[in-house]
Amino acid sequence: MTEKQLMKGSEAIAEAGIRNGCRYFFGYPITPQNEIPEYMAKYLPQVGGTFLQGESEIASISMVLGASAAGARVMTSSSSPGISLKQEGISYMAGAELPCVIVNMMRGGPGLGAIQGAQPDYWQATRGGGHGDYRLLVLAPATVQEAVDLTYEAFDLADKYRNPVMILGDGVLGQIMEPVELPEAKENKAEKPWAVSKNYNRDRNIISSSYPQVEVLEQVNIRLHKRYDEIKNNEVRWDSFLLEDAEYVLVAYGTAARLAKAAVRMARKKGIKAGLLRPISVWPFPQQPFTELISQVKFFLTVELSTGQMIDDVRLAVGKARQVHHFGRLGGVLPLPEEILIKLEELAKEVG
Amino acid sequence: MNKINAFPQALVDVPMHYCPGCTHGIIHRLIAEVIDEMKILKETIGVASVGCSCFNYDYFNFDMVATAHGRAPATATGVKRVHPDCLVFTYQGDGDLASIGTAEIVHTAVRGEKISVIFVNNGIYGMTGGQMAPTSLPEMKATTAPYGRKTESTGYPIKMTEMLALQEGCVYAERTKISSVASIAKTKKAIKKSFELQLAKKGFSIVEILSTCPTNWGLEPLESIKWMEKNLEGYYPIGVIKDAKEGE
Amino acid sequence: MAFIKIREERCKGCSLCVNACPKKIIELAPYINKKGYNPATLTNQEACTGCGACYAFCPDVCIEVYR
Repeated sequence: MTEKQLMKGSEAIAEAGIRNGCRYFFGYPITPQNEIPEYMAKYLPQVGGTFLQGESEIASISMVLGASAAGARVMTSSSSPGISLKQEGISYMAGAELPCVIVNMMRGGPGLGAIQGAQPDYWQATRGGGHGDYRLLVLAPATVQEAVDLTYEAFDLADKYRNPVMILGDGVLGQIMEPVELPEAKENKAEKPWAVSKNYNRDRNIISSSYPQVEVLEQVNIRLHKRYDEIKNNEVRWDSFLLEDAEYVLVAYGTAARLAKAAVRMARKKGIKAGLLRPISVWPFPQQPFTELISQVKFFLTVELSTGQMIDDVRLAVGKARQVHHFGRLGGVLPLPEEILIKLEELAKEVG
Repeated sequence: MNKINAFPQALVDVPMHYCPGCTHGIIHRLIAEVIDEMKILKETIGVASVGCSCFNYDYFNFDMVATAHGRAPATATGVKRVHPDCLVFTYQGDGDLASIGTAEIVHTAVRGEKISVIFVNNGIYGMTGGQMAPTSLPEMKATTAPYGRKTESTGYPIKMTEMLALQEGCVYAERTKISSVASIAKTKKAIKKSFELQLAKKGFSIVEILSTCPTNWGLEPLESIKWMEKNLEGYYPIGVIKDAKEGE
Repeated sequence: MAFIKIREERCKGCSLCVNACPKKIIELAPYINKKGYNPATLTNQEACTGCGACYAFCPDVCIEVYR
């Protein structure tokens, strides 16, 4: 057991990566996540690793592709506009079945938007993001400790499924300071016989996402989707708060979930039977807990720092069995728990 | 009686998809011969680009990584940083290197990344069907320049190798051509020099090779070579552009 | 004595070797190969010096030179 220490979200994420054998980082500055590349620039050389600031996000993700193809544990990070630029390389990596960890500290958009934390990239993250029929495993931490634990595990998951894994945070998570317990530092021992390297004792390896014959590409797509099904079976994660007797269920991830949790506490004090369902893996999305809740619940209320994106997945999970409502503040504005409570009370009054 | 020109070990013995008379095949073979001569087959990693040569990983008989259009130098950077003792090279056309990938190639040269770049310049987009390239000559016709390239609206052909040679990190830059037995031998020598400099950890180097595109130029292979020497070489003179000797 | 072997099925009939040959003893055959090209063929083995110019110019690496 290590002692708890106070760390900023972004720095804790970087440290978690290093502790699980990440030795290569390629990135480009963008607010609000600059502490990740800065931390990597300072500490990767101390463990024999390489930090390189690319000339753009496009170049950085292409460097990540190269290092991953060469067998390294590799990471990049950015924020919304930068993640858009990385989509080219992310699609190529998904197609070439290359592992890596990508952090998106989301900020307000569209366009240049604003630098404050928001959640407007849920669709982009959970639907693949770039061109082509692919998925990322997307994990959405709500606390610095959870960000550490999920980032640490993300490297193992990326290698296990040979697929990019995204840590979907936001500017608040990146900037907030909380006490964390850091996991044990490991060297990366993952065997990667498919990687390019000196190849004295094997046949040559080719890393490519190009399949010019359509029948072959169809088979590749089928194979990838079988793997996504495997991820759906194995990697669904969520957290619950006061759901046992809940009649009104708030659904929120990341920073929005912290605010929603406070609103649930306030509602309970007023005798309103509210609870919180917090998806941790936003792809694969946790459908099963919704099915189990339907009979006891009057409605669901998603709380997002967007105009409502995750609500689509909640509706897919709930179907027409119950109403699904949305509440959100936009552009980097955070809702007060009181605002969420007012919305909840209004809706509760309607259903009686 | 000896076979004096054997099929190189560093090439896979399969038919190549290139059009008749396309010089990609010659350049592939030169790279393979150099790798054979240097005995580095098992220590070489190539990075393929996007364009006519995008399937070259089917032909080169060593580890290969295929990446997005223009990004080969960045991807090669990632590969080289993980395997600094391997020979890492990119093989890029003029659309890939001189248009969509300008940022990546410039900054790879600026960093003095210890990779070799084989830049095949034929002044046109081949794979996509003869569109105008940044290297297309003034008044040269292309499918997206049906009246010829107009310099007042599209500028003049870009001189990438000269620009890259200006960067401190670039230790060697040479432009060659594929037009005669002698120029083919010279091209091979340049590739070998680039590879040797890389393995000696000297820095970034580039060999630009003036090539042809008989199909999209609408000329016979032999006529294409003559056209290349008369026109492309007129704008892109061959020769050593930079050779930073030790201590300089 | 020298000679060349041409893998006719690989040849695309581009004629670069025909032009490269200093002795002018390579021609395109009157027949076509499976790909539909008239392959290059050596017309006068006696005159071949094994200089390798044809090999150097062949984009399809389908010529072997013996000397």
